[in-house]
Amino acid sequence: MDILRYVIYRIGTMLLTLLVVSVLVFIIINLPPGDYLSNQIAELRASGQSAGVAKAEFLRTEYALDRPLWEQYMIWVGFMPGPHGFSGLIQGNFGWSFEFDQPVSEIVGDSLWLTVLVNMAAIVFVYALALPLGVMAAARARSWVDYTSAFIGYLGLATPNFLLALILYYYGRKYLDIPIGGLMDPAFEGQPLSWEKVKSVLLHLIVPTIVIGTAGASAMMQRLRANMLDELGKPYVETAIAKGMAPSRMLTKYPLRVAFNPFVADIGNLLPSMVSGSVLVSVVMGLQTIGPTLLTALKTQDQFLSAFVLMFVALLTLIGTMISDILLVMLDPRIRYEGKKA
Amino acid sequence: MTPLLSVENLSIGFGNGPAVVKDVNFQVAPGETLALVGESGSGKTVTCRAVLRILPRIARIHSGRIILNGSKGQQDLTAMTERKMRTVRGDTVSMIFQEPMRSLSPLHRIGNQVSEVLWLHRGKTESQAKKTVLETFERVGFPDPERAYRSYPFEMSGGMRQRAMIAMAMVAKPDLLIADEPTTALDVTTQAQVLGLMKELQRDTGMAMILVTHDLGVVANMAEQVVVMHKGRVMEAGPAEPLLRAPAHPYTQQLFNAAPSIPEVSAPAAKPPEQDLILEMKAVSKTYKLRASSPWKPETLVHACRGVDLRLPRGKTLAIVGESGSGKTTAARIALGAEQPDPGSQILFRKSATSEPIAVHQMDRAQRTAFQRDAQMVFQDPYSSLSPRMRVLDAMTEPMDIHGLGSRSERRDKAAHMLQQVGLNSDMLKRFPHAFSGGQRQRLSVARALMLDPTLIVCDEPTSALDVSVQEQILSLLEDIRDQHGLSYLFISHDLAVVARIADEVAVMRQGLVVEQAPPDALFHNPKHPYTKALIAAQPTPDIERPINLKLVAQGAGDPDSWGDRFRFSGSVLPSLIEVEPGHKVRCHV
Repeated sequence: MDILRYVIYRIGTMLLTLLVVSVLVFIIINLPPGDYLSNQIAELRASGQSAGVAKAEFLRTEYALDRPLWEQYMIWVGFMPGPHGFSGLIQGNFGWSFEFDQPVSEIVGDSLWLTVLVNMAAIVFVYALALPLGVMAAARARSWVDYTSAFIGYLGLATPNFLLALILYYYGRKYLDIPIGGLMDPAFEGQPLSWEKVKSVLLHLIVPTIVIGTAGASAMMQRLRANMLDELGKPYVETAIAKGMAPSRMLTKYPLRVAFNPFVADIGNLLPSMVSGSVLVSVVMGLQTIGPTLLTALKTQDQFLSAFVLMFVALLTLIGTMISDILLVMLDPRIRYEGKKA
Repeated sequence: MTPLLSVENLSIGFGNGPAVVKDVNFQVAPGETLALVGESGSGKTVTCRAVLRILPRIARIHSGRIILNGSKGQQDLTAMTERKMRTVRGDTVSMIFQEPMRSLSPLHRIGNQVSEVLWLHRGKTESQAKKTVLETFERVGFPDPERAYRSYPFEMSGGMRQRAMIAMAMVAKPDLLIADEPTTALDVTTQAQVLGLMKELQRDTGMAMILVTHDLGVVANMAEQVVVMHKGRVMEAGPAEPLLRAPAHPYTQQLFNAAPSIPEVSAPAAKPPEQDLILEMKAVSKTYKLRASSPWKPETLVHACRGVDLRLPRGKTLAIVGESGSGKTTAARIALGAEQPDPGSQILFRKSATSEPIAVHQMDRAQRTAFQRDAQMVFQDPYSSLSPRMRVLDAMTEPMDIHGLGSRSERRDKAAHMLQQVGLNSDMLKRFPHAFSGGQRQRLSVARALMLDPTLIVCDEPTSALDVSVQEQILSLLEDIRDQHGLSYLFISHDLAVVARIADEVAVMRQGLVVEQAPPDALFHNPKHPYTKALIAAQPTPDIERPINLKLVAQGAGDPDSWGDRFRFSGSVLPSLIEVEPGHKVRCHV
């Protein structure tokens, strides 16, 4: 019951935060002088194409870019009726991309879920790798297990991601026949979901997952190892041994549970860093994720597109921190009971 | 009779270093209590852990055997495989540790942690084990076993946690219980109750016990056999009674002389009240507000100090005694100006007999700086009160540095001089604190406090973290320095025996109130208040003729509602502090 109340409270604060973020995003996007259309109009005027100018002027009024900034914001979010009535983010209209001459929702539609997919795969990879390795490295501290995993981990941290991508693609192709580039076979693009398509996507996911996840996994493994080592020296571990517990069961029940907290708290940071961190990798590997789109949008001052992508990243961050906060409350009675004890 | 456990020629070392336990032999008979006595570094803890083989990874058992003759027949614990060893741990032999606060996992419910022993050794499921666990909880004195079963460790007091640890150790009905300093981290009244409980349980179940302790008082109350260890060797061993009556080995005698005890005193002569007060606390109160769990509930108020009146004459020592949470440390912090008291409280400080008193909590900046030079503090834990990254010289000269006193060489000379004053060598200035033992570090803390030539020193449990023999030395040092430099001490302690020796006046605090106040002689000769009586009764003395009187402890250390009519705090009406004889005040109804 308490947890339910906490979840509702957290969702409430998340929505509030999102509102503040939307203001900040809008301000930041509008900080550079001019916008996409005024740039275009200036360019068209210079080259004397008046027809284009008329169209651009039309778009300006169409998307309310001629109004004061605060009105633009209200229309964009959907608190105020625009030229076509209420039609903003909360009504589900993400705006128009001038660069691609398409609605934002159509441009990001596909890459949105691909981004989520790639990042989820990477996060699962990070945790699946870091958890056992970190625990083993701590339990066998200063032995070959510890040193080997630390060595591989540092290698993963130190190798530039795009280099790792190229290496893995080359050898993956040579020995395992792993496809290069993209997230699915081009034949399946735009096709309805089928078993074959899923298989193709999964096969294409292998290398990106490893590339994006390795650095995160080795950093997290080292953190977990350090946390575990701290916990292993605590008296309650001795108590558990004195009870007659087997080492593996003792490790997972007691010190791991305590060392797990920072591990869980990391989820919140992992999500956004993966989106922004994987831009370069996505470009190199030809992944249709949202990262490269964001880059183009920012470069060309395509304001609705970039604002939407930034909002999306913010939403991911907030959801990530919310998940880790809720998990922490469920995992740690000390956090759960803190308010009660007073 | 075959002994339950025999340790034969046991030698243990760390890595390739010299042995820390050398050639130790002892035997424990079934149902008997053996006390392993010694100071820190004597090897007593390593010895007792070797029985269960829970030693640090670098420890090596060089030689010797540990034979257990338990309910499972004869077993050689040193030769057993790790897997078989696990069937001994927690089942035939179980263990209790020193720090109940940290020996239980903070994230698992008490019931889960205790019943785990039965899952491991009896193959029971959690629901099957629950009944046995609840019975054990009732046996160790939990008022509401069901609730304790569901509780997390952080919801319990230290004494209750140690009871939970005892329940965990007892639940599988072991043949042997090893208790490693089980009561050292507890208040003296709680210690008495926990010791009483352990003795009772032992009588009921007939298990044997190895009690590791540095406190001869505890030994006198608990043990039938005693093994005294020093630097890894057994100095003296034998039945408790003759050994405690007439210790043969000089080291044991030394331990004996160092053991603090409450003196038996005759009626003291009343002294006229002192006029020259260095510190005067009038009606000092401190209330903390605890944030409520929800916005529509009122805040909880915690009264850390309630109307405390204390007077410290120049050159004397005033001791405040009480259990943790009694408000003694808060009172000391207020006296130093480190904490703001509630309005209406007044603290006056007189630098010299002739100077004007200053109100500690209404000082301006210059007065405050001057006051800080006059009032210094010695802290409880010498291991954490010195920065491990600063050389002794830097730590010592830092106070002068802050106050801009003297030149570099003057500071250095003064530091060297102070080190000699506290019995250390001036060539130790270049060292880091880790090169010093606990007692030496506490000497360093004292020397640092003296650097500014203060007139008042607040000592916050300066000896609680130290061994008895070292405690004795530090107390002598504090006395010498007080008399040499004309210092006045405000001395905080939970230990009446320590206070008995150094104090000129003792104030006993409970729940933020001074319940009894008198010179130590008067207090020990004729304690009036049930709580004072409980404190005195709970003090373990190394004298088998004077066992702890658990009845007195239980009467006084319980809730104030359980005190006699004269002393009870009925509702909001508190009895006032009344002078029953000259210089002896008791909080009671007339």
